[in-house]
Amino acid sequence: MIDVKRIAEMTSITRQGDGWCIGAAVSSAEMNETADLVADWPGVMEAADLIGSTQVQGRATMAGNLCNAGPAADSVPAMVAAGALARVTGPDGSRDVPVEDIPTGPGKTSLAPGELVTAILLPARPANSGDAYLRFIPRTEMDIAVVGVGVALTLDASGTVTAAKAALGAVGPKVIVASDAAKALIGTKADDAALDAFAAACQAAATPISDKRGTADFRKDITAVLAKRTAKIALSRAKGEA
Amino acid sequence: MSQIHVTTTVNGDATEFLCEADETLLDVLRDHLDLTGSKEGCSTGDCGACSVIVDGRLVSSCLMLAAEAEGRAIETIEGMAEGDQLHPLQQKFLEMAALQCGICTPGILVAAKNLLERNPNPSEEQVRYWLAGNLCRCTGYDKIIRAVMETAAEMRGAA
Repeated sequence: MIDVKRIAEMTSITRQGDGWCIGAAVSSAEMNETADLVADWPGVMEAADLIGSTQVQGRATMAGNLCNAGPAADSVPAMVAAGALARVTGPDGSRDVPVEDIPTGPGKTSLAPGELVTAILLPARPANSGDAYLRFIPRTEMDIAVVGVGVALTLDASGTVTAAKAALGAVGPKVIVASDAAKALIGTKADDAALDAFAAACQAAATPISDKRGTADFRKDITAVLAKRTAKIALSRAKGEA
Repeated sequence: MSQIHVTTTVNGDATEFLCEADETLLDVLRDHLDLTGSKEGCSTGDCGACSVIVDGRLVSSCLMLAAEAEGRAIETIEGMAEGDQLHPLQQKFLEMAALQCGICTPGILVAAKNLLERNPNPSEEQVRYWLAGNLCRCTGYDKIIRAVMETAAEMRGAA
């Protein structure tokens, strides 16, 4: 057994240009104590902060959350919305892969034998941008998402959405990129009508199953509700209001 | 497979042990070092009964391999009292009966101590969220939360 946590790049948070390189073994607690990182990507950090308890936060990592490939992983939709890359390192060197391409289904990843994720790369946060993540759980803490929604969006000077990305968790075998939902926001002022269209498109993209944590119909309903709420938080952050 | 030799610090004392690669820190604390105050509730990070502090950070010792303790500073419930002098949290838990069966209590005391070191004046909400990963099936939590709040107030007054 090899303890990869003794490799410096695995345990460090470094600036990469205006973006961030977060070693795969950096704990969620440590990320959330890094004020500049939280300021750049509050949605990603909030999502990671929802994983488990305080004592789990001291051990939990986003790379672990990703490679565990649980459909309800909280940090994954937030990372996908933010446009994060996973740095995959193996015998043939390293490659940077969009986070959404790592999980392939429950408990399964696209990593080849001998490969591991060594870092999560968060891009530079564009000006007038915001991100957010919300999940639904029946309790207030220590639970697994019934639905999770990550949204990141960018505005121009007039308040028109120029870029958007939405990702859904726990409503399919792996994280879902809601491309049509993003298109429903881009070019709008993200007014109520646009947000409703966005929410409807997120709902249409969701393909949940019924299980002990919620029925498929309930999950579809919650997807729309959370999508709108999450987009509103991202919007207020993009406007510098929150 | 040969055992791993680990040099670490436990409750301020330089400590060495041998462990298997797949043994957790909790296994070693309890079975090799006879520090049985940290409890094994679930072994999956859900219950918080095995909470310890590693380099100032609260972790579930069941989620950490013992070999990772090399060069770290570990604090357990056994290091909380100074001789016969109980930590204020321990004293307050007794006075306010913030425990019943006691299995979860070491983990809660370690977690609460770490909270008060980071934030001497937490709100009730902050205490409840901080301790959300410490499951207790007896008390209903209210006495625990009140004991932590009371201790925090007294420690601020004493400081």
